[in-house]
Amino acid sequence: MSDVALRMEHVWKKFRKGETFSSLRDLVPALTGRMFRYAELSAKDNREFWALRDISFEVKRGEALGIIGHNGAGKSTILKILSRIMKPTKGDLVVNGRLSALIEVSAGFHQDLTGRENINLNGTILGMTKREIASKLDQIIAFSGLEEFIDTPVKRYSSGMYARLGFSVAAHIEPDVLIVDEVLSVGDWAFQQKCLKRMREVITDGATVLFVSHNLKSVAEFCQRSMLIEHGRAVRIGPTHEVVAFYLNAPRNEHLKASGSQSVVISKVTVRNEAGECLRFRSGEKAWIDIEITAQTRCSKLSVSLYVTDEQYQNIFDTSTERLGHGNFSLEAGEAFSCTFELQLNLANGVFHPCVLIYRYDTQTEYDRRAPAKTIYVSSDQDVRGAANLFPNVTRQAIHSELAGVAAIASDQNDHSA
Amino acid sequence: MREQLRELYKYRELLYMITYRDIKVRYKQSIMGFMWAILMPILIVLSGIIVRYAYVLAAHSRLQMADVASVAVKSLPWAFLVSSIRFGCNSLTLSNRDLVTKIYFPKEIFPLAAAISSFFDFAVASIALVVFLVVAKVQLSVTLAWVPLLLLTLVALASGIGMIVAAGSLFFRDVKYIVEVLLTFGIFFTPVFYDVRMFGAKGKWLMLNPVAPILEGLSACVTRHQQPDLSWLGYSLGFAAVSLFGGYIFFKHLEPAFAESI
Repeated sequence: MSDVALRMEHVWKKFRKGETFSSLRDLVPALTGRMFRYAELSAKDNREFWALRDISFEVKRGEALGIIGHNGAGKSTILKILSRIMKPTKGDLVVNGRLSALIEVSAGFHQDLTGRENINLNGTILGMTKREIASKLDQIIAFSGLEEFIDTPVKRYSSGMYARLGFSVAAHIEPDVLIVDEVLSVGDWAFQQKCLKRMREVITDGATVLFVSHNLKSVAEFCQRSMLIEHGRAVRIGPTHEVVAFYLNAPRNEHLKASGSQSVVISKVTVRNEAGECLRFRSGEKAWIDIEITAQTRCSKLSVSLYVTDEQYQNIFDTSTERLGHGNFSLEAGEAFSCTFELQLNLANGVFHPCVLIYRYDTQTEYDRRAPAKTIYVSSDQDVRGAANLFPNVTRQAIHSELAGVAAIASDQNDHSA
Repeated sequence: MREQLRELYKYRELLYMITYRDIKVRYKQSIMGFMWAILMPILIVLSGIIVRYAYVLAAHSRLQMADVASVAVKSLPWAFLVSSIRFGCNSLTLSNRDLVTKIYFPKEIFPLAAAISSFFDFAVASIALVVFLVVAKVQLSVTLAWVPLLLLTLVALASGIGMIVAAGSLFFRDVKYIVEVLLTFGIFFTPVFYDVRMFGAKGKWLMLNPVAPILEGLSACVTRHQQPDLSWLGYSLGFAAVSLFGGYIFFKHLEPAFAESI
């Protein structure tokens, strides 16, 4: 077997927009009409559009590739072509090994059957053999946490229970290639954690994963590489953080072009410590962020905002010149301006993204944004996790009371377990 | 096609599961349970008896037990054909819509499962029929050996038509209504309530309906202990084979477009 699990080569997919003939009653007069009115026929052909244009990519065995993009960009079409539900108009497709698609995991459920019967049914639909299902039945039921209701018809389930059962079946397939489409938004927090854990296991076991999500956080967590789809084209493919950064910047550019308000741009952002330009910091160290902006036309009431996100692009800190009491400022056409934010990096171990935004403060008009502007790496001597470093310190005193002995024993045990 | 058949074989467990589901759901939903399978044939047999009674009244003769037995023997296969085509027709657009658009597997499983689960109903109803035939004192004979071949022809025909109408109704919504009308009035063009013999020489025109030789053959070998008309049986067999393979090729040809056209 080659080490390529999945390959798409110059795949194009055409859809027909608007009216198609969905009944014979419409088709017959239209066909006879066509013979006489040739012009209408070509008008009809114009309504076709390309959902995918020349998509090529390759996923190696054991790799996880993320696919991101706006609604309607063509992500789901790619998945449908890979899972062979749709045929590409042009281009080739290679899939090595068993492929499972977690697209709508409860699609195969039947309302009148019990949970147990639906596990059997859905398992078979998703490609498991009868023996496989029988051996995993208990595991699946335990994973879903629906032991009590497993012999109840699923029409009496809540929508959450329904989805949980669906994912539990899907999670126990052992595919060579796994396609995941937004299924992780299922159930409550505890169940989501269970699902994420299971996903990690599947990846660790060496399965190839194709992950489609709007949740950039989970894409960043699972996928080293990602592909950005825009208007049916693969705009960018590469390391996830680069693609995500490009994606986050892209819509702003589009917006600006549309409104034609590119009157102020961020021309340069640098991050430095006392010594000079730097991207690696120790926790608690000071950092300076220099931001240069240039005005193309006259602008007033400007404010520069600096915010910091964690690795998964969740905002953890947000401020602006205006909010820091530096008022707002105006720029003449062609004038440049620079400001510096001094920050104390009380951050825990990890990767952080400083982001810069320039906007007009009274109308909240956004002029330019760099998200992320830079990526910095923070390390700490202590094992502190999360976003912030609160510089913890542990002290211990013996308590002189009747329970002192007990406390001492408990504390000793803690020491051992640590 | 070889490749496609191999894939269908690979998914045989799914065919079994979907059939099992169809049967289970049908019997679970109805309070009467297994009576469900018998109700429709009983209604057809009763209407057949009324029609037959009208004939004998007009001819100033008496209703024979053999006539009733013949109507009963022909009603059950007809009920199977109707239910199998009806379920087959709705199998892609109505009952399994989500599965058609979301998960890949050979979709002919749906019309085929519809045919098989209808055949299960037929088998259940046949038990009642056998009891009736014993009560009516219809004798056993070697001609019963023809029954499996006749039923096989019928199943092949039903599956073929099922695949054609299933795929057709996915692309054209009104196929469903056309099929419904044909199934309702088809009974008048098929020798269920009457025998082709009653029409004398003109009977051969009725035999052009590929279902007619099968039903006449069943009636002949079960109630009259005669061999079916071999040339007409050959005609039906050929028709069934063409509809099965033609229907399969037609279905597989359209299948790639299912998900985006539904």
